[in-house]
Amino acid sequence: MSEKRIIYADNAATTPLKKVALDAMMPYLTEQFGNPSGIYSYSKNAKNAIDESRAKIANAINAAEPSEILFTGSGSEGDNWAFKGIADIKKNKGKHIITSAIEHHAIIHTCDWLKTKGYDITYIPVDKYGRVDPKDVEAAIRSDTILISIIMANNEIGTIEPIAEIGIIAKTHKILFHTDAVQAAGHIPIDVQALNVDLLTISGHKFGGPKGIGVLYIKKGIRLTPLIHGGQQERNMRGGTENVAGIVGLAVALEDSVKHMQENTIKIRTISKKVITGLLKIPYTQLTGDPINRLPGTASFTFNFIEGESIMLMLNLNGICASSGSACSSGSLDPSHVLMAIGLPHEIAHGSVRLTFNEQNTEADADYIIEKIPTIIDKLREMSPVWEDHLKESKKKIVMV
Amino acid sequence: MMEYSDKVLDHFSNPRNVGEIPDANAVGQVGNVVCGDIMKIYMKINDETEIIENIKFKTFGCGAAIATSSMATELVKGKSIKDALALTNKAVIEALEGLPPVKIHCSILAEDAIKKCLSDYYIRKGVDPVPIVGELKSHDDEVCSNGPLHIH
Repeated sequence: MSEKRIIYADNAATTPLKKVALDAMMPYLTEQFGNPSGIYSYSKNAKNAIDESRAKIANAINAAEPSEILFTGSGSEGDNWAFKGIADIKKNKGKHIITSAIEHHAIIHTCDWLKTKGYDITYIPVDKYGRVDPKDVEAAIRSDTILISIIMANNEIGTIEPIAEIGIIAKTHKILFHTDAVQAAGHIPIDVQALNVDLLTISGHKFGGPKGIGVLYIKKGIRLTPLIHGGQQERNMRGGTENVAGIVGLAVALEDSVKHMQENTIKIRTISKKVITGLLKIPYTQLTGDPINRLPGTASFTFNFIEGESIMLMLNLNGICASSGSACSSGSLDPSHVLMAIGLPHEIAHGSVRLTFNEQNTEADADYIIEKIPTIIDKLREMSPVWEDHLKESKKKIVMV
Repeated sequence: MMEYSDKVLDHFSNPRNVGEIPDANAVGQVGNVVCGDIMKIYMKINDETEIIENIKFKTFGCGAAIATSSMATELVKGKSIKDALALTNKAVIEALEGLPPVKIHCSILAEDAIKKCLSDYYIRKGVDPVPIVGELKSHDDEVCSNGPLHIH
């Protein structure tokens, strides 16, 4: 047997660390180990590295000032901080928050917690493509609304939301606006000023940076209660000795992603388009998410009559790494809230598969995937009693005609 | 991704006894599509010897659902009805060298699918299956909410 080929197509879950990021990080993992809070040269070097990184990130998302970039330990921390920090500091103004039905669990579960503290959450529904209608956001605004938060691009189906339109609405009504840009950053352009966002979450490992580091952009003048109390790091807003190497790696990876975004987008779109076109030839297969306005690397599908975890296992046996929003892939029995929110019935949502590409994938990967997947789908359908029933029903219909 | 034993992966990737039996004299289906698991079992039982001479299955579900169907059919193939009725989900789990805790329900479904099929055998013969097979658990109105899924 030939050597097993491995294709990594789960870049929305995490990405490999970019070489430029690793190289930039190495000194801070080795000789430049100083705590940035000290006064000696080791510390100065570390502190300078953080300052430079802040400036690079500010530049990458067009923040007005580097001080608007605050470092966190993850995308989830950024989302938690934005919600809990604003909820706390604005609690005398009101306790109403508007978000969407297709947020990441870092937001959904934070909202669940806030509900137990007396906050009221409105979840804006989405259409069949997973799009939030800005008019629905405006209609949900109340006198006690303190925060609007809509995901910039969804992690399961890749739909890009109309953040700029919602930003104008939030600004007009003088309500703080947060967006979870974890899947968007480094993949589509972000201009926080043009988008009118007040807070924006980024995670390092989704664009070739390291894990365990994130950013919360907080527009100048906005105050929020800290999530992590401690030392004076991050302008007294987030305690904890800085993850210097992580910060440097995130900044370099983001800068590099933005620099190469145009060429990479063309390359990645070619790959995902090829996979989408190829797989939609399989009968009873649907693309999930917005067909046009979607993240370049996201190819997400539902295959009727079969179940997602078994598809993923088969893909894994063929060396293809992918994800599923099926219930069985998680141990829960309900398919994902995102697939439910776009109106898929349970039986179809169970058969979901997400392939996400980055610039390291090749067209040969796409060819391999569209060669292997139809056989896998056929094999599982051959095993499925639901497919058997479907075939019998179709035969009956033909006889009746 | 679930941590499956090699045995589970073997039965998932090379499932035994997949298919239909056109002249089956017993057919049983359990589970429902909303919850994401359906198992359908066909048997050809010798009326004189009460031996399960042939058995096939079709399953809609996860890796564990397919592997437990394969193993359960393997364990009762060529056995008497009496032996098949003694099959427990525990025996299926043991034969598969373990299942992740969240997948135990798949083994229960496999045990129930065998029993449902044997019930059908008696029903077709005009015999009340309950004294022989026992009361069957209905999976049709199963509540399948067990907390939401996390996709990263």
